[in-house]
Amino acid sequence: MKNLTKIATVIIASTALLVGCGNSNSNSSSSSSSASSKTVSGKITIVGSTALQPLVEKAAENFQADNSKVNITVQGGGSGTGLSQVQSGAVTIGNSDIFAEKQSGIKAEDLVDHQVAVVGMTPVVNKDAGVKNVTMSQLRDIFTGKVTNWNQVGGKDEKIVLINRPSGSGTRATFESAVMNGQTAAKSQEQDSNGTVQKMIAQTPGSISYLAFSYVKSDVQALSIDGVAPTDANVTTNKWKIWSYEHMYTKGKPDTAAKSFLDYMKSSKVQKGLVKDLGYISISNMKVQKDSDGKVTDK
Amino acid sequence: MDDPIKNKIQSTSKETRQDILGRFLTYLCIAFIMIVVLSIFVFVASKGIATFTVNKANFWEFLTGKNWNPTATDASGKPMLGALPMITGSFGVTILAVIFATPFAIGTALYMTEVASKRGEKILQSVVELLVGIPSVVYGFIGLSVVVPLVRNHFGGSGYGILSGSIVLFVMVLPTVTSMTVDSLRAVPRYYKEASLALGATKWQTIYKVLLRSATSGILTAIIFGMARAFGEALAVQMVIGNAALMPKGLLSSASTLTSVLTMGIGNTVMGTVGNNALWSLALILLLMSLIFNIVVRLIGRKGRLD
Amino acid sequence: MGTKLQNNIAIAVIRILAALVVLILVFLLGKILISGIPHISWHFLTAASQSFESGGGIGVQLFNSIYLLALTLIISFPISLGAGIFLSEYAPKNFLTAIVRMAIEVLSSLPSVVVGLFGFLLFVVQMKMGFSILSGAIALTFFNLPLLTRNIEESLRAIPDLQREAGMSLGLSKWKTVTKVILPEALPGIITGVVLGAGRVFGEAAALIYTAGQSATNIDFGDWNPFNSASPLNLFRPAETLAVHIWKINSEGVMPDAAAVSAGSSAVLIIAVLIFNLLARVLGNSLYHKLTATK
Repeated sequence: MKNLTKIATVIIASTALLVGCGNSNSNSSSSSSSASSKTVSGKITIVGSTALQPLVEKAAENFQADNSKVNITVQGGGSGTGLSQVQSGAVTIGNSDIFAEKQSGIKAEDLVDHQVAVVGMTPVVNKDAGVKNVTMSQLRDIFTGKVTNWNQVGGKDEKIVLINRPSGSGTRATFESAVMNGQTAAKSQEQDSNGTVQKMIAQTPGSISYLAFSYVKSDVQALSIDGVAPTDANVTTNKWKIWSYEHMYTKGKPDTAAKSFLDYMKSSKVQKGLVKDLGYISISNMKVQKDSDGKVTDK
Repeated sequence: MDDPIKNKIQSTSKETRQDILGRFLTYLCIAFIMIVVLSIFVFVASKGIATFTVNKANFWEFLTGKNWNPTATDASGKPMLGALPMITGSFGVTILAVIFATPFAIGTALYMTEVASKRGEKILQSVVELLVGIPSVVYGFIGLSVVVPLVRNHFGGSGYGILSGSIVLFVMVLPTVTSMTVDSLRAVPRYYKEASLALGATKWQTIYKVLLRSATSGILTAIIFGMARAFGEALAVQMVIGNAALMPKGLLSSASTLTSVLTMGIGNTVMGTVGNNALWSLALILLLMSLIFNIVVRLIGRKGRLD
Repeated sequence: MGTKLQNNIAIAVIRILAALVVLILVFLLGKILISGIPHISWHFLTAASQSFESGGGIGVQLFNSIYLLALTLIISFPISLGAGIFLSEYAPKNFLTAIVRMAIEVLSSLPSVVVGLFGFLLFVVQMKMGFSILSGAIALTFFNLPLLTRNIEESLRAIPDLQREAGMSLGLSKWKTVTKVILPEALPGIITGVVLGAGRVFGEAAALIYTAGQSATNIDFGDWNPFNSASPLNLFRPAETLAVHIWKINSEGVMPDAAAVSAGSSAVLIIAVLIFNLLARVLGNSLYHKLTATK
């Protein structure tokens, strides 16, 4: 009998907790949104791109230190999740590596784009391949599968192992719009995250893939394209073509709390500090801008 | 008038009421589990079926098509949804992993229950428990840094493929299958064994002719659970199998499994689009496949029973 | 071949197989611990994590893992206990029971990411529980239920019917026999199940990414009121666990010491599992001795 009552208490207690806390939670969020505008307060939930997560997370931590009434939760889940959840209104801000216009199933006109950083990407190869520079058309031929051995592009006699990113990922979209010129990549291995790709390239002879600048470490070889090196400076002038924005989308205009956080993201404190520290390129340094179709114009 | 003894006998006793209440509680628990299973099933099915009802894909082509590219459409404007490469991949790694794991699991279980001293049994028990506790991510990275180079150097190819995937899975399903096999061996009534030994059978004869036979259905369930674990595992396999949505040409060419494609793609697609629905269809296939496996193994188990 | 020789060969093979399994574990453990232990320090175990600088710790993640495990067990254990008792003691041998069993086995084969997304859409979005430790615990319950239920059922079944008959003949109700005689006797087996389930909870990442979340908010270890948002016990705060942390730093971590943090975290995780196993066993044994007549 004792066991029985114990079980029953646990079940009842847990349901009571569940119900009780659920209520208190919704109350607090509704009361906080109507708070006065002087001290910013509110609850901001941010979901999306895993690549952008460390930056936003750190910025949120700093922001909350100054604005203790604001409660910010930053989660990953992928760009697609971010965009679909912000569109459905389940979260305040959706992080994305990709323009909402380019994501199928998203009504981009409902969303407001806040570009908070620029990320440069570079093709990387295993050090064994013996290649440091390729031309744009060689790179394209490697990814379409026309070139299958490193000796065809001036490297040693070794089979090329192609490691692509999954279709639909922001990194792949950026790479394809800058490099592939409308051609389809050969079917090959795919891997989702920068960290894993970096490890795979480092230890697989003959492999090639592409990475965000901040993940290029000494154990992989970054490639120059047509003699242009993958550097931040070359990205700001668009001499290096493979780059994209990191977006934070809100549904319609952001509310006070979200707006002040987004302003904070774009402030020079974050742009000159965190953005640089995390290997991104500051928006304010860019001398060109790119639209959702990939067209680049001077700023 | 009222007969107290008659009353006492005819009325429900405290014990009976207790029993009814207890029974009711267990029914409640089982009902809860059924509701959970059912709701997940309905959830996955409703999302997975949308590919065929909303996006008008052909179910048969989905099962047998070899071209997987949900974001692109073919000449007739239908999305290219051929899941056969992933289905093959999932089958391949699962079956291989279980083939590798079963002898080890049964051997270890027999060692624990029949051969080892009390201490050896305890050591192996903790070995098994520790193996479960290693997170799949860690298995994945060890696979990436140990198994992949090993396969590349000894068997050729890039190292990424079904073989590497099943080696990693082999270690991952081992504890599940082992501990469940131990359970079912322990559940064999002791007098079976005693009777066999008393007849002059050797230890091995007892194990082979009595223990393993009467534990058959339990061992088969253990294998199903192992397969289920292998089917559902994503993070570790994804790192070593290569994730190429191509028909696997052999054990060494890169392939993909239902879960690896599902895990990689789900964050990059938007709910309600073809790409996302197609991934849910993969999850549905996964569920159906484990259901079929379950039924098949159960049928085999029925045949082998000793009753 | 003589039966004696056959016997010896077979036993030798069994020994070799068991030894190989031990070798595999020793290799894995060695690899994880040797690369991880040098990074473990008091600072590492208690400090907050860093997102891009080196020198981050895993204090919050470690606590989250343990708390999440406790919550998951609190939710899943009573349910699987009831279900296990039902299946071993009450279930009639019919078609319906077969379906129940099959459903439980199918539940165990669900890929974690599907359970994660199910939890995300249902608990996080629909029920407005947010990315929270409670959502995570419920999602993990789904994993734990099949394993635990099946384990409890098996452990109960392994108790000889003699015990049941003895209980009945003493005039105990079936329920009382089960809870007072059979259950205590089956305790060691049940503990094994709990330990195995716990290992899985400790190691799970994919399901938690979408439910408990992958950010570790700063928590205040001086505040133990579960209704304060900074309290470690708050059920509605996002909680990144150790396994999720390992996954995160490996996939997108940019801190210079990512590899070291990952190795250290893996080692800590293994040690935590080990300690939990030992504790559960010691606790289980003393409970077993208290509840049964064994010495």
